[in-house]
Amino acid sequence: MKSRVKHRQKLEPEGNRSMTTSNRPLSPHLQVYRPQITSMLSILHRLTGVALAVGTLLLTYWLVAAASGPEAFADAQGLIGSFFGRLLLFGWSFALFYHLCNGIRHLVWDAGYGYEIETAERSGWMVVGASIALTLVSWALGYAMMMGGA
Amino acid sequence: MSLRSPLARVRGLGSAKEGTGHWWAQRLTALALIPLIIWFCAAVVALIGADHATVAGWIGSPLVAGLLILLIVATFYHAVLGLQVVIEDYVHGEMPKMALLLIVKALAIVLGLSGVLSVLTLLFSGA
Repeated sequence: MKSRVKHRQKLEPEGNRSMTTSNRPLSPHLQVYRPQITSMLSILHRLTGVALAVGTLLLTYWLVAAASGPEAFADAQGLIGSFFGRLLLFGWSFALFYHLCNGIRHLVWDAGYGYEIETAERSGWMVVGASIALTLVSWALGYAMMMGGA
Repeated sequence: MSLRSPLARVRGLGSAKEGTGHWWAQRLTALALIPLIIWFCAAVVALIGADHATVAGWIGSPLVAGLLILLIVATFYHAVLGLQVVIEDYVHGEMPKMALLLIVKALAIVLGLSGVLSVLTLLFSGA
């Protein structure tokens, strides 16, 4: 906080120094805003992105285990197949599908479309629906594979 | 294709000193990851319950190995670019910010390289 204020002052031209020393509010004051679907999904995009970055640990572990041989791979499968492993994987799969769907929403914005508030809210709910559906369908297919395979 | 204005080129590419490079790379990797992630998720679901020989054989086939390496590189590149923005937004001290950025980049290189080498091991061992 302290360093942020100092940084701000450095950016201001010399003559404005007296104006910036007053305690002007720093934006954004998230707590005064009513939660909205667009802002909630925006922060969720960032959260799922960070979660997925952590999830690359699992991807790497899985690949290294597969390359290390049958015993290491069995250990990895055991860990991922445990209750805690499945719980983590369920969370990560939702994070992945959400970040994928909302990422496509972002690319559409980057192309210059969908900026009207109504459109942005509708596409937001579509992303929520699609990511929940993709997560559930993947897990249903996965369990069906396990029943069929075993 | 370049999104940089001639002025940005002359002046040293703005306050970030890299112009639109970061933004553009984030979008390009995102675009590449859409088909790669859909393919990978479908393949992993199809592999559930498979034994080691099946999984190793799948990873070690040339087309799959190539796509997996692309997936790994694009994923870690995209993750580093994203985490960099998050760190720059929330970590304000110059030293902690620099330290975190270096740690994230180092980890991404170590993890990404381990993944790529694992795929190559399975590709060349002919499993």
